[in-house]
Amino acid sequence: MKKELKIFDNPRNVKRLLGFFYFSLLVLLIVDFFIHKHAEFPWEGATNFFAVYGYVSCVLLIFIAKILRIFIKRDENYYD
Amino acid sequence: MTNLIPPAAIFIVGALFIPLIKGKLKRAYMLFLPVFAFITLVKMPEGKYWIVNVLDYGLVFGRIDKLSMVFGYIFTIISFIGVLFALKVKDDLQHVSAFMYAGGALGVTFAGDFISLYIFWEIMAIFSTFLILARKTKASEGAAVRYILVHLFGGLCFLAGIVLYIQNTGTIQFEYIGLNGLASWLIFIGIALNAAIPPLHPWLQDAYPEATVTGAVFLSALTTKSAVYLMARTFAGTELLIYIGAGMTAIPIFYAVLENDVRRVLAYSLINQVGFMMCGIGIGTQLAINGTVSHAFCHILYKALLFMSVGSVLHMTGKIRCTDLGGLYKTMPLTCLFCMIGAASISAFPLFSGFVSKSMIVSASSHEKLIVVWFILQFASAGVFHHAGIKVPFFTFFGHDSGIRTKEPPLNMLLAMGIAAFFCIGIAICPGPLYDILPYPVHYAPYTGAHVVGQLQLLMFGALAFTLLILSGYYPAEMRAINLDTDLFYRKAARLFYYIMDKALNGLNSFSNRNIAEVLPAFVGGLSKNPVTSLVTYFMRTAGKDNLAIEDFKRETRPEGTNLIPMGVPVLISMAILFLLFLVFALKI
Repeated sequence: MKKELKIFDNPRNVKRLLGFFYFSLLVLLIVDFFIHKHAEFPWEGATNFFAVYGYVSCVLLIFIAKILRIFIKRDENYYD
Repeated sequence: MTNLIPPAAIFIVGALFIPLIKGKLKRAYMLFLPVFAFITLVKMPEGKYWIVNVLDYGLVFGRIDKLSMVFGYIFTIISFIGVLFALKVKDDLQHVSAFMYAGGALGVTFAGDFISLYIFWEIMAIFSTFLILARKTKASEGAAVRYILVHLFGGLCFLAGIVLYIQNTGTIQFEYIGLNGLASWLIFIGIALNAAIPPLHPWLQDAYPEATVTGAVFLSALTTKSAVYLMARTFAGTELLIYIGAGMTAIPIFYAVLENDVRRVLAYSLINQVGFMMCGIGIGTQLAINGTVSHAFCHILYKALLFMSVGSVLHMTGKIRCTDLGGLYKTMPLTCLFCMIGAASISAFPLFSGFVSKSMIVSASSHEKLIVVWFILQFASAGVFHHAGIKVPFFTFFGHDSGIRTKEPPLNMLLAMGIAAFFCIGIAICPGPLYDILPYPVHYAPYTGAHVVGQLQLLMFGALAFTLLILSGYYPAEMRAINLDTDLFYRKAARLFYYIMDKALNGLNSFSNRNIAEVLPAFVGGLSKNPVTSLVTYFMRTAGKDNLAIEDFKRETRPEGTNLIPMGVPVLISMAILFLLFLVFALKI
């Protein structure tokens, strides 16, 4: 059997990955200031609109899903 | 040049010979069929071919135009990939069913008339069921039965619509239909059910996760996308579809976040992606239809890739729940890589296929100034990255280490994933060839600075939300549970129906048994034993004149000798009636 990959067993590698991730977010925020936009809607032209919308969307998604779970969660054998 | 054999026939007739061939030859033969079908397709000029006259109707088995060709190409390509993935399966039933099913999808795609369309439509429904049944578990059996029942219902709506339509128009040929009148609505419902439009969608998330590992690849590609094709041909520009599509992109993602079965997460994201296509069909502009068709093309590839990669995990480990999996990147790095390519493609990352197709639909919505729809589509784009893009690979291959140590799937499975992954990236880097085969001329440049950065921001900040929620522990935990969906209505209603029928019919049965089989004969028996006495006594008692009842008539004191009519009299009467009947019939003759 081939050798196992263990790259993420090391917490430092996970930290590096996260660090790289946060850095790329920062780059995206900065780059947006220098992009020429031809927006159909006015808010599309606003700087970093998509960053805010993406973040808010996903938080809302999880928030609503958590509430939804209260109503729709059933045992795995519910239909048996 | 006209080929003698329609592509659907290559698959359907070809499938019949699969059980007769053995060993390596069989594998070569199965791989050859889709290649052969593809080659015959490539050479076809537009027009109508393979017209067969049955009774007074002309059946058209080959309506070749740009719209049908795109779907013809992708259905044959995905069949090749699916067959390669399933090459080592030792169950002929699955191979034959898959080919019949894919043949049905090709038949639907190229059918120019309603009658052949309906026949291929039902071929798809029937043979796809075997891909679920073939898993041979109790859950798959139940899911398959529900699947076929739901599809037969949809098929009947479709058929009723077709019959009315033919009655109204006098022709079996069809093109654009549009929503007007009962016939078109029935046809619409029939197609909508196969396209998994809510609330008609639960068969998909119910059945696909129970299908065989290899069957799910075909299922994910064919049924919904042939419905997308048909919808685009017959109901393009139907405003209702815009709102249905937008809702369809948003609703399933909440379920996908909560779902524990990885393949069910993918099933929900499949519905979400078809929602984008429905929305595009509803908008109906050239850009929107191009977007829909190209998105269907890309979607088939990356969805199959995702189903193949998590299917490989199921194949190798026997497990598919988020709660049981995790840390598999250690032993399945290639499968993990392919899964991530599929995940990036469905999330529409720049340089992955979803980016060059989905964005056309979103752009079409902003061109038409559909503000709310645009916001929902963007929300769904971020959401799909969240569950299909991050959740599936994260909980399967990373996350907590489940302790499972396995190895990569067999070479044919890896190759099939590799080809699909190649397409996912290839289309994104060089979208020209795909754009060239779309129904309308394409004037669309996906890689503009604003679009790339906007999309990256949307996705990456969605990922940030995921990261922060996971790290803070607020993210909904993986749970061994199921979530109620609209199939509740027929799954529980069926049980309720059974309960009511059980109580009503069995109640009626026992009531009849008690009263008609036991009490009534006893009463009649008592009555006939001594009719006059009994009747007089009965009459006196009901009249409340017990004192008038002759003592002899009272049951307890009745002597033996009060039988007023001897036994012979009824016999005589019966004989007389029988003789009378005999006379009546004899005279008639």
